[in-house]
Amino acid sequence: MTAARLPVALVAASAGGLLGALGRYGLTEMMPVGTGFPWAVFWINVVGSAVLAALPALAAVRRTPWVGVFLGTGVLGGFTTMSAASEQTVALLDRGEELTALGYAGGTLLAALAAVWLVALAIPRDLRLAAEADEVDE
Amino acid sequence: MSVLLVAVGAAVGAPTRLLAGHLLDRATHWGTLLVNLLGSALLGWLVGHGVDGRPLALLGTGFCGALTTYSAVAVQSVNAGGLRGPGYAAGTVLGCLAMAAAGYDLG
Repeated sequence: MTAARLPVALVAASAGGLLGALGRYGLTEMMPVGTGFPWAVFWINVVGSAVLAALPALAAVRRTPWVGVFLGTGVLGGFTTMSAASEQTVALLDRGEELTALGYAGGTLLAALAAVWLVALAIPRDLRLAAEADEVDE
Repeated sequence: MSVLLVAVGAAVGAPTRLLAGHLLDRATHWGTLLVNLLGSALLGWLVGHGVDGRPLALLGTGFCGALTTYSAVAVQSVNAGGLRGPGYAAGTVLGCLAMAAAGYDLG
């Protein structure tokens, strides 16, 4: 597997991140968080994690480094978010909803790890590690 | 208008995460951890200080949202396996929670 040159990788990450973030924004606008359980970001993070785990199965991702950067670092990295997950948990704690906060933070982590683990069962470990390795040339 | 601001923020946040990972990720993903911690602190600070509307769309939803990532953490964690993998994921979530709380409370 060859690596993408850094300028190419930065452009691919930027373009993909833009698209992923717009997808996240659209979904959170459709499913406003209100004062309850933040379902939109929960599903975004769980489904986005599972799809990222599945990328090494795509031949185009293995063949063309910038495609992996675009889809993985870009689209799925921009779609999923740690900052909103953390901020929403803090907001729940701030409102005194400790149980919901614990369920949200713990539930997202467990569901995302379980989803990735299930997908990873179907993908050879060397392919997974190759996809995770730095895809950017020095 | 907000859509455009989310797009601009994300177009900067995502390549910043790539650069941090490229420079700092080793066996432990220090670069990914760093951007997740910083992005969570910044978003906590913005929300805690009542920033909303267009500035939040640009800096929060766009920049912080794309600077940080959940999917990479989950995949890196499962690939690492053993105790190290889940430890990294749980440590990231707890660390980012603490950083978001610190930013939020400063308001």
